Amino acid sequence: MEPRISIINKRLQNVKRVVVVASGKGGVGKSLLSSGLALHLEKKGCRVGLLDLDFYGPSSHIILGVHDVFPQEDKGLIPPRVSGISFMSLVFFTHDKPAPFRGGDITNVILELLAITQWGSLDFLIIDMPPGIGDETLDVLRFIKKSEFLVVTTSSKVAYGAVEKLLVILKEQKIPLLGVVENMKQGSSSFVETEVVGRDIRYLGGILFDPHLEDAIGNTDSLSKTTFMKELVVCFDRIFF
Amino acid sequence: MHEWALAESILSAAQETAEKEHLKTINEITILLGELQQIEHDIFEFALKELAKTEGKKLKHVKFHIKQEKSMLQCTRCEHTWSFDEMKKTLGIDEAEAIHFIPEIAFVHARCPKCSSPDFDIIKGRGVSISSIKGS
Repeated sequence: MEPRISIINKRLQNVKRVVVVASGKGGVGKSLLSSGLALHLEKKGCRVGLLDLDFYGPSSHIILGVHDVFPQEDKGLIPPRVSGISFMSLVFFTHDKPAPFRGGDITNVILELLAITQWGSLDFLIIDMPPGIGDETLDVLRFIKKSEFLVVTTSSKVAYGAVEKLLVILKEQKIPLLGVVENMKQGSSSFVETEVVGRDIRYLGGILFDPHLEDAIGNTDSLSKTTFMKELVVCFDRIFF
Repeated sequence: MHEWALAESILSAAQETAEKEHLKTINEITILLGELQQIEHDIFEFALKELAKTEGKKLKHVKFHIKQEKSMLQCTRCEHTWSFDEMKKTLGIDEAEAIHFIPEIAFVHARCPKCSSPDFDIIKGRGVSISSIKGS
């Protein structure tokens, strides 16, 4: 018998909202939006946690410039604070080496992380998801009942084609859906907005491609001053404040 | 000390089972400790007993039977099998500790001793599980 499932609700009982940043497509900026959202909410005075569930390509630690910290052991694992955010990632255990997991292993890792991480009291737990509608997405839907999804796409029809599949599943399963953000927007096409609104889903806005964003990776002070963050704030303040 | 968190999950699962099966008391829980997770038996048992005191009437007189389960890993490419004992010799202290926290980290830090493949299965002895719950 699997004992870990029954403790997950208790671990998250003092977390007010769980925001799952997801996409059907890779490379659309989920990790940057997750980290940016976490930093913005923390600046607004919220208690924020960030959980990186992208095991194959974790990148939140690179964006936030996480070095030389490790969870504290106290009746579980207490995530270290990074720029005021309680941060948990598998990189603390992989030492940034590749993690070649099969599906069942992914479920076990998610269960273990959810069972042993002591988040304490949070206003928001942001989950940075891997792309797609595979094990991680299905496990989050199964284990974290209070998940609210925030979906990211780019302006590309190719990207949106994959993102749409995630939207269909979330709508079909009646999962709370905060809306869709169009990241790295280029040009003035309203294709994504039209498609999203046509599905009766909230279009949260577009974030223009910021050519200087790369220079701010790894430094949260620099990141906070980017055009990307200014536009992210406009999109997210519509739903969170 | 994350043994406490896992012990807590055992008691939470036992409470859930009691509800589901309409049990008034739980008399005995048999737990398997998989070798791969390297759980400190004494700390784990102490945590179970201490936590049980705060769990109310149903778990007041519960007895814990804790059994160790030897590990077996099997390569999906060459079908070679080996154990954590064998694997441990190739691991550093930090790597073994990482596996203690999350047993699947074995796929990160270890390889098949015969063909060096990272593609293997944990056949048994992964971590903490409940073998049986008896109550009335």
